[in-house]
Amino acid sequence: MTGSPFIRISNVTRRFGDVVAVDDLSLDIDKGELFCLLGASGCGKTTLLRMLAGFESVDSGSIEIDGIDMSRVPPATRPVNIMFQNYALFPHMTVDSNIAYGLKRAGLPRAEIESRVTELLRLVRLSGMGGRKPHQLSGGQRQRVALARALARRPKLLLLDEPLAALDKKLREDTQFELVDIQERLETTFIVVTHDQEEAMTLASRIGVMDAGKLVQVDSPRMLYDRPKNSFIADFLGTVSFLEGKVKSAKGGMLQIDGPIPVTAVDPGGFAAGDDVRMAIRPEKISLSRESGGGVNEVKVTVEDMAFTGVASNYRVAGPGGVLLKLTQPNMRRGEPALEWEETGYAAFDPADVVLLRD
Amino acid sequence: MAAVRHFLTRHGRRLVVWLPLLWLVVFFALPLVEVAQTSFTEPRRGIPPFAPLWGFGEDGFFTNFNLENYGLLVEYSQDYLRPAGNSVRLAFFSTLICLVFAYPMAWWIARSSPSHRAILLVLVMLPFWTSSLLRIYALIGLLNTNGFINSMLLQLGLIEAPIRMMQTDFSIYMGMLLTYLPLMILPLYAVMIRLDDDLLDAAADLGASRVEVFRTIVLPLTVPGIIAGSLLVFIPAVGEFVIPALLGGPEQVMIGKVLWTEFFRNRDWPVASAIAMLLLAILALPIIYARYQDGRETALDRAEDAGRGGAA
Amino acid sequence: MNRGISWPALWLGIIGFGILYVPVTVMVIYSFNSSRLVSVWAGFSTKWYGELLENDAVLEALGKSLWVAVNAATLSTVFGVLIALAFVRLGNFRFRLLLSALASMPLVMPEVVTGLSLLLLFIAMEGLLGWPAGRGIDTIIIAHTTFGMCFAAVVVQSRLRDFDMSIEEAAADLGARQPYIFFSITLPVIAPAVIAAWLLAFTLSFDDLVIASFVSGPGSSTLPIVVFSKVRLGVTPEINALATIMILLVAASVVIASAIIYRNSAGRKAAAATGGSGHES
Repeated sequence: MTGSPFIRISNVTRRFGDVVAVDDLSLDIDKGELFCLLGASGCGKTTLLRMLAGFESVDSGSIEIDGIDMSRVPPATRPVNIMFQNYALFPHMTVDSNIAYGLKRAGLPRAEIESRVTELLRLVRLSGMGGRKPHQLSGGQRQRVALARALARRPKLLLLDEPLAALDKKLREDTQFELVDIQERLETTFIVVTHDQEEAMTLASRIGVMDAGKLVQVDSPRMLYDRPKNSFIADFLGTVSFLEGKVKSAKGGMLQIDGPIPVTAVDPGGFAAGDDVRMAIRPEKISLSRESGGGVNEVKVTVEDMAFTGVASNYRVAGPGGVLLKLTQPNMRRGEPALEWEETGYAAFDPADVVLLRD
Repeated sequence: MAAVRHFLTRHGRRLVVWLPLLWLVVFFALPLVEVAQTSFTEPRRGIPPFAPLWGFGEDGFFTNFNLENYGLLVEYSQDYLRPAGNSVRLAFFSTLICLVFAYPMAWWIARSSPSHRAILLVLVMLPFWTSSLLRIYALIGLLNTNGFINSMLLQLGLIEAPIRMMQTDFSIYMGMLLTYLPLMILPLYAVMIRLDDDLLDAAADLGASRVEVFRTIVLPLTVPGIIAGSLLVFIPAVGEFVIPALLGGPEQVMIGKVLWTEFFRNRDWPVASAIAMLLLAILALPIIYARYQDGRETALDRAEDAGRGGAA
Repeated sequence: MNRGISWPALWLGIIGFGILYVPVTVMVIYSFNSSRLVSVWAGFSTKWYGELLENDAVLEALGKSLWVAVNAATLSTVFGVLIALAFVRLGNFRFRLLLSALASMPLVMPEVVTGLSLLLLFIAMEGLLGWPAGRGIDTIIIAHTTFGMCFAAVVVQSRLRDFDMSIEEAAADLGARQPYIFFSITLPVIAPAVIAAWLLAFTLSFDDLVIASFVSGPGSSTLPIVVFSKVRLGVTPEINALATIMILLVAASVVIASAIIYRNSAGRKAAAATGGSGHES
């Protein structure tokens, strides 16, 4: 990507009375990206979205889209369109009229509007439904109308507010891929706001995790998952086990860490003997077996809890010193039967899989 | 057309407020000032049949300000203050009677199945939409000495001489019921329909008898409806004219009728104005209370709206 | 009292409905009585309806009432919508308290007071400005509009408060601005409430006796005024007939309107969750 980013959010702040909804937030987004704003409710992501759309004013800072400052531009004239969480379809208009609304406002000639609408209906796979009214459609169909309507004006930026929240699981999975597909075809920049981390990881090329009005980490899904910046991120995405300890020594690219269990970790640099450190390990990186393998980072554990989820089994195992590990094992057929409740075994993990956090 | 639209975009907000505001100031507030003014002048031959309160004549500024009208009200208290008291009494008991009937009716409607409820609501609204004048007229046909009820009772031999039902307190209360019952039912219904069934079950589960459930759960929660309905009935009932005019006798003089008579019969507009001021004085507290209740409701509504709004 | 209602309450309810309907029912029946007297049923006859249709005074008054009511209702609705918009959408605007007081007091004011006050105003205005020249249809329309708009505002306000703002935001997002958004989106969606407000204002105007009596002039008698003057003289079968016609007309309209609304809302309930319930594809 050359030149300045397509969307530049610079030091944007928004207050509601005493509450700071968005706190000095800066973010650059590239053209054609499918970016996700991820966070729990109340973190400020919807406020930020509304500021991009023009429905909330910016207390301080600026928003630039394609090099143009948006501070005095009302929603109607911005090159931004938004797909609302509750779809906000016009109940008294047909699907055709809903989609055509923005085009009429743009003053396009009738023939062109008609062909655009047909094209969009085909894009969202609703051809032939143009004459229906919203209350005659299912939830999934309404969502597609909302998407088509928001795409009609060929916005430079499309904002999607929890686009999949109202759909049930099966539909959600199908729609996720459809959304990515449409975005890649149109090459429009998408910003999706969601609280569902699975959704974020499936859809986005980059995710910005927000908490209390601030951006905590912006990275690709894999980086966020494997290299979380702090405990908040580690805990927010997926499951994680935390261990506390103090660095005993650093030698040969490895750290020896003292704690409830002794841990050997690959040295990422920047740690010295005597540092307090917190370690995060992903569940799929911890193995569980009946016999001891005799390697490093192995601990004798008892199975406290276990859940069978078809594809895998999730375990909570307890070790010495109050250590609690969460691990996942795929249910492949193996020589030995899988461990059950209250049985003992050995949990182990590779030094390279230990993520070291400073907070 | 585009020019109009441009104008509306720029001044829309202001127009939305100022158009109705100006109208109401001119045609609602100002008239009340006029009434106050007229209550301080004296009657006079001519058109209009009262002296101007102030003006500029040959000798400069003059005024006809006097308190005679109010003096009359006090001096002839039999003719003015007693009917005022009577009106309050009749309105008060009418409100109570309406409440006694409206409460179970509203409860019945609220507890019905949705399809029954729709029909019952139509049945309640129907009288509301028809002219109250005609309904009262129908009541006359019923209560008259030679009216329907008396004729029936005489024919059936249940009575020997017609019962006098017209021009009694009874006929007034009947008229008030007929006119105001729907107005009392609606606010009660609105509150009752929001009452959660589970609350009643919970109370019963915790040992409350039917009476106790009513007394401790239903009644307290429907109080806002009771207050709203009562104010909606009491305030206009005090100033009622048609009901005492058509159904009432010399014993049931109400202040609204007195005002009418002074105005149309005696052509004494200043006294009529003074009576209007008296009426307003009587109703000032209830009206202010009604506004206060209204304000509380909208504050609750707004808090509810805010709560329903999405989080960040 | 958990579900259903107790016996004494039921009886009170039945009597209540009886009080509301028995007088009118009796009157309707006797409008077809060929005898003048209520005490005697002399056979079915529609002669009073015939006489009614010959009564020019009544017919003329009916026409005037209709004209006044249509005009007053329309003006009331327009102003009522403005008031409702102001309260629900404009937040804490200047003079909000004043408008709130002025718009709610006519709802409970005794009619004799509003009637008298308006007449005095019209006289003062005539003296000062030369308008209105005498009292007549116009002054009645103004009077009815004044209290009608307050009732209309209440009806529209409650609908407006439940209004889903996100569709207006969607319209703005798609390039529309006020007042286009209001006319293309808001108004159509609140249309049923606006119509209900119009009908309410119409009814209030058409039935008004007291205020019209104060502010009407010679030759501008509305139907209630005519009826009232006749009624004071006693029960007449012509008035029975007139009352029956009007009541049946209203009854028919209310029933038809309710049926339409009921059928509409059944379909609307499916549309209520525009967000979808997510159980289908």
